[in-house]
Amino acid sequence: MKKFMAFVKKEFQHIFRDYRTLIILFGLPAAQILIFGYAVRTDLTNAGIAVLDNAHDVVSAELITRLDASEFFHIKYFLNTYDEIDPAFKKGKIKAVIIFPDDFAERLTREGNATVSIIADGSEGNNANLVTGYTTAILNDYSAGLTKQLTSAMPVIIPEVRMYFNPNLQSHFMFIPGIITLILILISALMTSVTIVREKEFGTMEVLLVSPLKPWQIILGKVAPYFFLSLVNVIVILLMAWFVFDLPVKGSISLLIAECMLYILLGLSIGILISASVEKIMNAIFISALGLMLPTLLLSGFIFPIENMPKIYDYVSLFLPPRWFVEIIRSIMIKGAGFGYVWKGTLILAAMTLFFMLLSARKFKVRLGEGGK
Amino acid sequence: MRKLMFLLRKEFRQIRRDKFMARAIIAVPLLQMLILVPAVTFEMKHIDLAIADHDHSPASRELISRLTGSSFFRVCATPENYSQADDLLLAGDADMALIIPDDFSEGLAGAVNPPRLQVMIDAVNATTAQLGWSYLASIVRDYNRDVIMSTGAAPSSIPGISVSPRFWYNPTLNYKYYMLPGILVILITAIGLMMCGLNLVREKEIGTSEQINVTPVKKWELITSKVIPFFIIGLFDLSLGLTIGWIVFNIPFEGSLLLFFACSAIFLVAVLGLALFLSTLASTMQQFLYVAFFFIMIFILMSGIFTPTESMPLWAQQFNWVNPVAYLMRINRMVMLKGSGFNDIARDMGMLAVLAFTFITFAIRAYRKRA
Repeated sequence: MKKFMAFVKKEFQHIFRDYRTLIILFGLPAAQILIFGYAVRTDLTNAGIAVLDNAHDVVSAELITRLDASEFFHIKYFLNTYDEIDPAFKKGKIKAVIIFPDDFAERLTREGNATVSIIADGSEGNNANLVTGYTTAILNDYSAGLTKQLTSAMPVIIPEVRMYFNPNLQSHFMFIPGIITLILILISALMTSVTIVREKEFGTMEVLLVSPLKPWQIILGKVAPYFFLSLVNVIVILLMAWFVFDLPVKGSISLLIAECMLYILLGLSIGILISASVEKIMNAIFISALGLMLPTLLLSGFIFPIENMPKIYDYVSLFLPPRWFVEIIRSIMIKGAGFGYVWKGTLILAAMTLFFMLLSARKFKVRLGEGGK
Repeated sequence: MRKLMFLLRKEFRQIRRDKFMARAIIAVPLLQMLILVPAVTFEMKHIDLAIADHDHSPASRELISRLTGSSFFRVCATPENYSQADDLLLAGDADMALIIPDDFSEGLAGAVNPPRLQVMIDAVNATTAQLGWSYLASIVRDYNRDVIMSTGAAPSSIPGISVSPRFWYNPTLNYKYYMLPGILVILITAIGLMMCGLNLVREKEIGTSEQINVTPVKKWELITSKVIPFFIIGLFDLSLGLTIGWIVFNIPFEGSLLLFFACSAIFLVAVLGLALFLSTLASTMQQFLYVAFFFIMIFILMSGIFTPTESMPLWAQQFNWVNPVAYLMRINRMVMLKGSGFNDIARDMGMLAVLAFTFITFAIRAYRKRA
């Protein structure tokens, strides 16, 4: 046991000596949180648009003012003819052109229905959708105001909306659970596999094997520092989310930490499995990047909701750990759900952990046997 | 010059001999294009709506049938009361819940209390929540309008403005068209930065770079021989990715192919310069991996591939001045989908060239060939 402790201590020293890796290790999540929290937003504000006003009447003028005054748009150009639209788009400065037909106000007052055309730049599909949605909302607002003035006797339905869990509609609520998942996989699976494979590629693994330590002790000693580092990182991220973004853990913190520990164990066992399967650092990196990072970014619902993807992705993601973990973290952190809501995901993750542990234990024995010959 | 040719031949031979590398050169573009392109979509298929109808009137049934009739909502549950609806949201079984109170139809018929509806939305995903809410509100508004019209009111007493949207350059708003040009940028960033950098650091880590250092090979020859193979691989993978996009996803290509490749070539120089520079900072492959991952992550997330750059604060927009990914992403979309010409993208292209020049100069100065 004393030998083992000395080995663990050596491994810790190895990691803490490499200050560059440490900086990245803590800098990466911090930068990600800042980017997602402050810079990257999935909604659209302050988009450049152009207006082609053929009407030149009171209503169109009023609507143009409203569009420009909203936080969503600012009007970059006033166009005079239809032919100016294409060059304006090709320069890439505007997202949409809003066109008022020439008898706009008259139609609105006489027939009660007038049409505004929007030509949006479909090469940025998501923005095109958002611009259309925002414009519709602004126009609807205006016509609802007119309706109220004209028909105060009529019953107007009042829908009362409550935005649950995220009343201010901030996008980082989606991202922080995703960042935790990403960082945990990065440290626990990728780093672990690379450190073990490094010993193999450089031939120092054999030196370790002839030492009085048992193989499982070597693996455990290699893995222990990363377990610790991962956990510290989770705590740093949670603290940043709390103090910088005012996003405290709504549910039970001990439950959250326990789930994270489970996920770290899962990551470590995948890392050991990878390191048992390959001989070169480069290969370990590629397998981790393609097999772990990509699914975490894509199939966890972290940036892109899975339900929007083709069905096959939904089914595939059911077999991948990040999908379950992101959901668990999101439920506990943001919705404040208790264990009763996340037991299913937890059970699946626990089963996966057990599976990978057994598999890597088997695989490693075979390898070491060969190494001994 | 002859020495350079020898070195280049050596590099290509090493890459060809390395089975894993040779496979990665083909597999990475294939995987990225085939897996990533269909997956990265914000297009909403449907929203799971739970409806609690306390009114049980023809009016409430009509409203519900309008909601179910829209392809957007899928009624997933009919909770009995408020707390059950609450539970559905908490468990994630429903995205939205609509509660129709028992006096809804009376209010609609003109009773003292105006007709009210309660809408509860799971807003963890803010964008979905907003869009779902605006769809629901517009269906309710249309319904309301029809109810008022049916009482015999003149249409002009309830003025409404309808919106007719058209989407140029991508009329069906196909997300694959919109994402593919960006994915191509991610592809060559990953190839250029990761492969080239790891290759350089690997030599350092296993000690073979010292062997090269004692040869009479000059610094510029060494650097050129290390960078050119990956420049060629990058352009090769780009063509492969583009071909896949063309065959599998039928992506249109409006602009000039030459302009497209010219811009990507400039971009590759910038990325390879960055790889070279970062490789001088790292002493192990592991360190390089994290640094490179860090840069790729930041470059891609800030570039506007996935999210609009206009919504970002000013400092973040200014950061994109030195972000090569942001330039190429914009150029690719404009050239591929809109058919923008040289004049339209001249400024972006010029900035990209300035960045490429700066990066490569820095990298060459930082690169030490110690004898």
